[in-house]
Amino acid sequence: MHELSVCYGLLSQVERVAREHAATGVTRILLQVGPLSGVEPRLLRRAWPVAAAGSVAASAILEIEAADIRVHCSRCDAESAATANRLLCSACGDYRTRVISGDELILKTLELETARVPRNTDAGQEHRRIHGAL
Amino acid sequence: MCTTCGCGVDTDTVRVDGKLAPVRVDTEAVTVLEGLLADNDAQAARNRAHFDQHDVLAVNLMSSPGAGKTALLEATIQALGDELRIAVIEGDLETENDAARIRRHGVPAIQVTTGNACHLDADMVHEALHRLRLSDVDLLFVENVGNLVCPASFDLGQHRNVTLLSVPEGDDKPAKYPVIFRAADLVLLTKQDLAPVMPEFSGERAADAVRSLASTAPVHGVSVKTGDGLADWCAWLRAEYRAQQVRRRDGSTVRPRVQPDGARLHAAAGGARS
Repeated sequence: MHELSVCYGLLSQVERVAREHAATGVTRILLQVGPLSGVEPRLLRRAWPVAAAGSVAASAILEIEAADIRVHCSRCDAESAATANRLLCSACGDYRTRVISGDELILKTLELETARVPRNTDAGQEHRRIHGAL
Repeated sequence: MCTTCGCGVDTDTVRVDGKLAPVRVDTEAVTVLEGLLADNDAQAARNRAHFDQHDVLAVNLMSSPGAGKTALLEATIQALGDELRIAVIEGDLETENDAARIRRHGVPAIQVTTGNACHLDADMVHEALHRLRLSDVDLLFVENVGNLVCPASFDLGQHRNVTLLSVPEGDDKPAKYPVIFRAADLVLLTKQDLAPVMPEFSGERAADAVRSLASTAPVHGVSVKTGDGLADWCAWLRAEYRAQQVRRRDGSTVRPRVQPDGARLHAAAGGARS
């Protein structure tokens, strides 16, 4: 049940990116979460509104992309599908494999709402007169 | 609001003549491609650098509650206490019980009570480090909260992960909780003294289940009651401590076994962006 902690981590990242882009809101968050990440997408979805309440991302849609588990065998060089508790090479059965997909816990993209300073309006020109060019 | 100085001038809605201008809201898609725990990982990296500066080897112990982490530490202090200066950070939801047990052996122990949190994170370890003189420590154990799920997801800044599985828990635990056993640099099968009364437990099956996770981590049996296997465990710790000293001379560091996967994925994700 550490998904709430993960959500708070996600929120601080989202807030940072939103700040960097001077965003007024976050509309969509796309994550990639693999079965080997130790994080359960269903619980993440449930915990997210608790973490995001009152934040810039409170009304954002949280989308979670699943990732299939795939391994690369260092013995026979084959790439194959695997399951969380059986990460062996399906071609030769060797255990010396490397997970190439399935342990992701990544924030991929954010869709931000940005209120642009209008360039061609009086307000924009006045703002630039006071503060200099943005 | 003005984003330059926060002066309250809303340039989108207010014109110089005081009338409202039409609001223009744009949406912008931003590619981030960062690990979800980037903040925790950054603090963990600072903890690791701190350990390295002080020539400390940090080992994170993970297991279910009651698998014998504290008993293993007590036996380890007795076996290695004269050789290496040991300190322990204890993570539990409540009580100072474990820290008190460790302190009885004359070793500094910092108890972190997590309240309801089911794992330690890098910030909690960082706070505990403020209460510890790292210059007086060679080997720092972090005894994580007893839990076979959550602790695996949080890097604390440790160099090595050790996952314990006690005989009464059953030999199929690595298959049931693959993430935490995959994170192990060493798997210890504890309470071997109970093996004679629990013939349903097979160390071989447990080791096979670990191999099925594509893990090359050694699997050792140990009993703190009889002392069996303690020599192997201490030899592993000595070798890891020596390896840490070599890394310090080279100016390099090491993360637990499972961590490079995450780093590699970030690199791959970064590559995909360009």
